[in-house]
Amino acid sequence: MTTTPEAPNLGRAQARKEDARLLTGRTNWTDNIRLPGALHVAFVRSPLAHARITGVDYSAALELPGVVAAFSGADFADEQGSLPCAWPVTEDIVTPAHPPMAVDEVRYAGEAVACVVARDAQSAADALEAVDVDYEPLPAVLDMEAALADGADLVHADAGTNRSFLWPLTEGDVDAAFDGADVVVTRRYRQQRLIPAAMEPRAVVCRPEGDSFTLWSATQIPHVLRVMLAMTTGIPEQDIRVIAPDVGGGFGSKLQVTAEEVLALLLARRLGLPVKWTETRSEGFQTTHHGRDQIQDVSIAADADGRIRGLKVDLLADMGAYLMLVTPGVPILGALMFPGIYKMDAYSFSCTGVFTTKMPTDAYRGAGRPEATYAIERIMNELADELGMDPLELRRRNWIAHEEFPYTTIAGLTYDSGNYEAATERAVELFGYSELRAEQERRRAAGDPVQLGIGVSTFTEMCGLAPSRVLGSLRYGAGGWEHASVRMLPTGKVEVVTGSSAHGQGHETAWSQIVADRLGVPFEDIRVLHGDTQVAPRGMDTYGSRSLVVGGTAVVRACDRVVDKARAIAAHMLEAAEEDLEFSGGVFRVRGTERPSATIQEVSLAAFAAHDLPEEMEASLDSEATVDPDDFSYPHGTHLCAVEVDTETGRTRIRSYVAVDDVGTIVNPMIVEGQVHGGLAQGIAQALYEEAVYDTEGNLVTSTMADYLLPSAADLPDFTTDRTVTPSTTNPLGVKGVGEAGTIASTPAVVNAVVDALRPYGVRDVPMPCTPERVWRAVTGVQDNEGAAQ
Amino acid sequence: MPNIRVTVDGVRYDDQVEARNLLVHYLREQLGKVGTPIGCDTSNCGACTVLLDGLSAKSCSVLAVQADGHDITTIEGLAADGRWHPLQRAFHEHHALQCGYCTPGMILAAIDLLRENPDPSDEEIREGLEGNLCRCTGYANIVAAVRAAAAEIRAAAAAPAPRASADPVPSAAAAAPSVEATP
Ligand code: FES
Ligand code: FES
Repeated sequence: MTTTPEAPNLGRAQARKEDARLLTGRTNWTDNIRLPGALHVAFVRSPLAHARITGVDYSAALELPGVVAAFSGADFADEQGSLPCAWPVTEDIVTPAHPPMAVDEVRYAGEAVACVVARDAQSAADALEAVDVDYEPLPAVLDMEAALADGADLVHADAGTNRSFLWPLTEGDVDAAFDGADVVVTRRYRQQRLIPAAMEPRAVVCRPEGDSFTLWSATQIPHVLRVMLAMTTGIPEQDIRVIAPDVGGGFGSKLQVTAEEVLALLLARRLGLPVKWTETRSEGFQTTHHGRDQIQDVSIAADADGRIRGLKVDLLADMGAYLMLVTPGVPILGALMFPGIYKMDAYSFSCTGVFTTKMPTDAYRGAGRPEATYAIERIMNELADELGMDPLELRRRNWIAHEEFPYTTIAGLTYDSGNYEAATERAVELFGYSELRAEQERRRAAGDPVQLGIGVSTFTEMCGLAPSRVLGSLRYGAGGWEHASVRMLPTGKVEVVTGSSAHGQGHETAWSQIVADRLGVPFEDIRVLHGDTQVAPRGMDTYGSRSLVVGGTAVVRACDRVVDKARAIAAHMLEAAEEDLEFSGGVFRVRGTERPSATIQEVSLAAFAAHDLPEEMEASLDSEATVDPDDFSYPHGTHLCAVEVDTETGRTRIRSYVAVDDVGTIVNPMIVEGQVHGGLAQGIAQALYEEAVYDTEGNLVTSTMADYLLPSAADLPDFTTDRTVTPSTTNPLGVKGVGEAGTIASTPAVVNAVVDALRPYGVRDVPMPCTPERVWRAVTGVQDNEGAAQ
Repeated sequence: MPNIRVTVDGVRYDDQVEARNLLVHYLREQLGKVGTPIGCDTSNCGACTVLLDGLSAKSCSVLAVQADGHDITTIEGLAADGRWHPLQRAFHEHHALQCGYCTPGMILAAIDLLRENPDPSDEEIREGLEGNLCRCTGYANIVAAVRAAAAEIRAAAAAPAPRASADPVPSAAAAAPSVEATP
């Protein structure tokens, strides 16, 4: 099918523009960049979790073939600065210095202490062994509760404490809510540490160009990175150009300003030659930031009829050894989401950020919101069980009814729109809820060794990060706006420049669909430019399901301004009044007449020629817009999961998974579907497979792909997905964001199903990931050697 | 340094290689064939998969010298006579790629899978691609794409005339065909 200007592109399952180069190997990953004379960097990394550095000797490495230079942290102490934390969540937060290469002390296994620069990557890697580092071991700090005890060993001795911050929030009279309640359920949940593991490893290339630098990085955030590199190194911002070429996934792990990026810049400056570094996967597992890692103490109070009165949440959040770009902000993003979609009278929350001698944590798909959703959706099921009520019925009694929107939650967020009833009804129907409940009854009655569990998750999340005023009030260091410019070229083609920075999300396609409709030009005539601070000078990049909601809105605004400009020129060309012109399908016509018309392409050419433009009209047909969202958007949905659990082996099998999501208006259903699938895979992986494990010395045990179980196709089920559409009212497209929904919703859906299967055995929780061993221990009550029953 | 003679994507190369060099490094560093990416250092991810004499191989677990005398196909050489391979087209139409990093390996592994089993069930596709990790798609669309390509390849094999179904390769940015969403 060819696109005619009349055909609505919005809502069409348009196959992606991005695919051609990806399907034929014509890709531009950072590691593919080869510059003449480039030197390769490899890092010497600490084998110890915590130690004082007493000596670094790289003289032997310098003798090796191909080695050009070597440096220790001390060699860069005066210029490397401290890696930034842009989100100091409280006024008195402890933010220790974080040198890109350690100078005096290392605080996690894998921290860089020195580097070798060689003519090729192999020589650099070979030379690492020749660097001699002397360490004086210090105690590892691994357990958050022990770290907070009096007299605990300290990660940062100067700080005098392992507590980074305490962030409290109280709304309503929590004590009254709990005192007056018929039922109180209290649970402790553990959000295990995860490794984001984008398939493309991190890589960075930096080329000095006189006084200035071009830096290519496998990053989600070229714009933020440029600002931060300038602030960290003191190199003037205008002298740094950052390019994010093709980027192979991020999931938050490339929302970071890393030691290796800073050092690539400094090494290029010092050596006067291009430098390049690409992590090995094992190096990446150790040193690319991790996600999650919280202990959640949760209590919920309710009446006998199920009405929720109050919720209390106390978190311990593992920061790891340092605060990186948004490390402390991650649990705070979740703080407002624990009440989920439910009405209640009172809510209290506190989060303590704790330092340990582990890799820092930071954003991983969902960033704070999956943790919050897990806690509320898990404890809702426990409350239902306590009340002897169906978990869906309990939700119905407490959720915000569709006619109550906009609704301000107990946490103070105003949910603009939603229809939890509709999504749930559709999910129940697709799932065959009552049939599966009947089968569950039969299996229970028969004592079937393979039990069936049904998991429910009715989630919402806050997306479209974010109104700058809200970010400011949460002490985030930057705004949440986004920029776009739209340029009609003399030939009638269109260039769209966006400040978002896609790495698999398909923005080139989705943005083209939006522009095609808005300007009435063919989809094929549009090219989207992004990810280069010289080409797209203004932007806030891609994370937090924000790109379509905020960046897409900027594209819409810029298009509308182009049309306004074109209307003035067209009126002049057609000798008509602007008010008399109508614009549709890319053509200006004088309303109600047979007079000649002007296409937007003709107007563009006229604007370029500029021979005869209206008074004060600038030549060329282009415009731009910077959009700061009025409020967040709130995607929601109902996910239902059926799991078969073999009570004899502990093996689990997802039999069916239904996801009905409401992400507002859909620009491209195929892309939305893909985002949901990918999100589900990662959420299910947290529930069943993945966990980053440190041993008692503080070494990462799961440091390779052989040890950390990323699910393959054989480990995951097929998904049944559908959508309800309740347009957001906070942006002109009515979109809500979809990048994180699947991840947020699925983890509790799966664990709720596993626990549901095992309720007859007295099981009330299985810690994540629900491996066969843990399930089996939960069923049999056999303890592991740490004395836990599961 | 040992000498090797290989054919890569239809081109003959005569090269000296270091004995310890991996095939994937030879392809990327010596030949500049950077369409084949590296995703791990433990032979787990499959991103580096190529065809070695028509059979899929993880090019990070083969030494360059072991490829001596063999014929290698990478993702860059898969489209023939200006036409995409049915799997490339099916991946496009079924949105079986997001970031695309796993895609070269996934497609080449799927070619080998379909050579062995031209009509696999979903289960067999999932098992067959177990050695190729994708962090973006959740695999459902990859399974659908492989199923669709299998049907097309079978139909083409059954048809007497030269394959009629292949479309010309779309140019990088334009003329991508519109398809309906997968159910
Ligand atoms: S690079 Fe991972 S298997 Fe070869
Ligand atoms: S598409 Fe990104 S890893 Fe598969």
